[in-house]
Amino acid sequence: MSAAAILHLLIAFALAPLMTGVANRVKAGFAGRTGAPVLQPYYDLARLLRKGAVYSTTTTWVFRLGPCLGVAGAAAALVVAPWGGGRATLAFDGDLLFFAAALALARFGTILAALDTGSAFEGMGASREATFAALAEPSLLVGLLALARASGELSLSGIYHALTPGHLAAPGGVAVLLVAAAFGIVFLAENARLPVDDPNTHLELTMIHEAMALDHGGPDLALIHYGAALKFWALGTLVAGFVAPVHDGAWTALAAILGGMFLLSVAVGVAESVMARLRLAKVPNFLAAAFALSVLALLLSAHAKGGS
Amino acid sequence: METFAEVLIILVVLTNLKLLGSSRATACIRTVAAQGVLLAALPLVTSGDAITLRMIAQALVSGTLKAFVLPFLLLRATRGARAGRELAPFVGYTTSILLGVALMPLALALGRKLGVTGPAGADLLAPAALFTLLVGLLIIVCRKQAVTLVVGYLAMENGIYAMGLAFAQREPLLVEMGILLDVFAAVFVMGLVARHIHREFDTLDTDRLSSLKG
Repeated sequence: MSAAAILHLLIAFALAPLMTGVANRVKAGFAGRTGAPVLQPYYDLARLLRKGAVYSTTTTWVFRLGPCLGVAGAAAALVVAPWGGGRATLAFDGDLLFFAAALALARFGTILAALDTGSAFEGMGASREATFAALAEPSLLVGLLALARASGELSLSGIYHALTPGHLAAPGGVAVLLVAAAFGIVFLAENARLPVDDPNTHLELTMIHEAMALDHGGPDLALIHYGAALKFWALGTLVAGFVAPVHDGAWTALAAILGGMFLLSVAVGVAESVMARLRLAKVPNFLAAAFALSVLALLLSAHAKGGS
Repeated sequence: METFAEVLIILVVLTNLKLLGSSRATACIRTVAAQGVLLAALPLVTSGDAITLRMIAQALVSGTLKAFVLPFLLLRATRGARAGRELAPFVGYTTSILLGVALMPLALALGRKLGVTGPAGADLLAPAALFTLLVGLLIIVCRKQAVTLVVGYLAMENGIYAMGLAFAQREPLLVEMGILLDVFAAVFVMGLVARHIHREFDTLDTDRLSSLKG
């Protein structure tokens, strides 16, 4: 555990909401508006935290647990998330499964809390979130498996440390690009971003992630927003790690991942400005494409290593 | 050059997945045309320095035919007909992609069993060719629209062509030209059939043919 690793963790906790602000600012620029300040997500969080929470009488302790579980799961995933070529705060063999499980736990908490309200819209949002997550998760796991096979490492930090530009030229190296594309799709789907879910929508019928947070208020809503921001950062490091594979020293890696995350937010903003949301029935098709890319990458890396 | 060949082969596999997942007939036609161009360029990449004039001519002829002539014929057949998208195929698009995912390891295992090494740096060519063949077959089995069926047939032809590349680097020009002529004639006939189906039933849905009684 190095000082840079702990610093990365602290920076992630501090800057995670900023990424949404950057993406929103880029979108505003595309629409010809000035847009909200980049720091607006922080103001929103502060405003929500000052408010009191209102709880419906139909809800139980599950409803209050949900947002906490959401933040805890995303934070746990962040602890093992690699940053460029640097080692995460905690890195052990098999932490790629831990990463996926922590994110799944966060989602499980949010879904349970949404179902606990008994609201029809929240149930609908929960059902969609569960469906799309069930389709996105295999792509993430198979993609990680392909990377593990290609690099011979079993921890996220080890896998991303083994990713070098020279690796691409080796037989089966193209598999890495396929996994990068698959992770890009998973990143957009899991963070409720545009082709899958529109973060700006105010129509409950088309919402996925937002629909689950309709009955949360005050500090609970703040926790849900913050948990989503942490999840954006945790999954973002997986994508940005491909873009910024720097290996000479922990501090350059830290700078590279910060730049990579910033670029990723800008890219999300641009993508959301130029793309339209997919029809809900088309989303499984989009996620199946990610799965196909991951499986192809796994076959390629297994073939290149001479396995069966 | 070896990485380049590998990239081309993977792009061929990706065009197959795109064929399985897209519902628009015109998109399918363009994808299969792109696949033909990729395959036509492949022998030029794998043979390295030993490029002969004949290989270039062969690549040019097969590329022009697959990229311009056949798509032109097919696009003309779809024009006027409301062949924009196929809404109710026998097997849905997401299921088709997942079936394609299941076919990938099968093609890889079969391709290895065959023991075809292929040209240098393209040991994945035989599995990719088998995969293209299987995907073409899958499209023919699980789609209804006449034009999409022809696209499946073209994908199968691409697979056969790729298989030929894997078996023998320098296929005799005559054999390849013979196959191309067959495909050309077949697509021509199928384009006419599609027009007739359209004129008779006002749709390109081949499922409607079952309403014909003898």
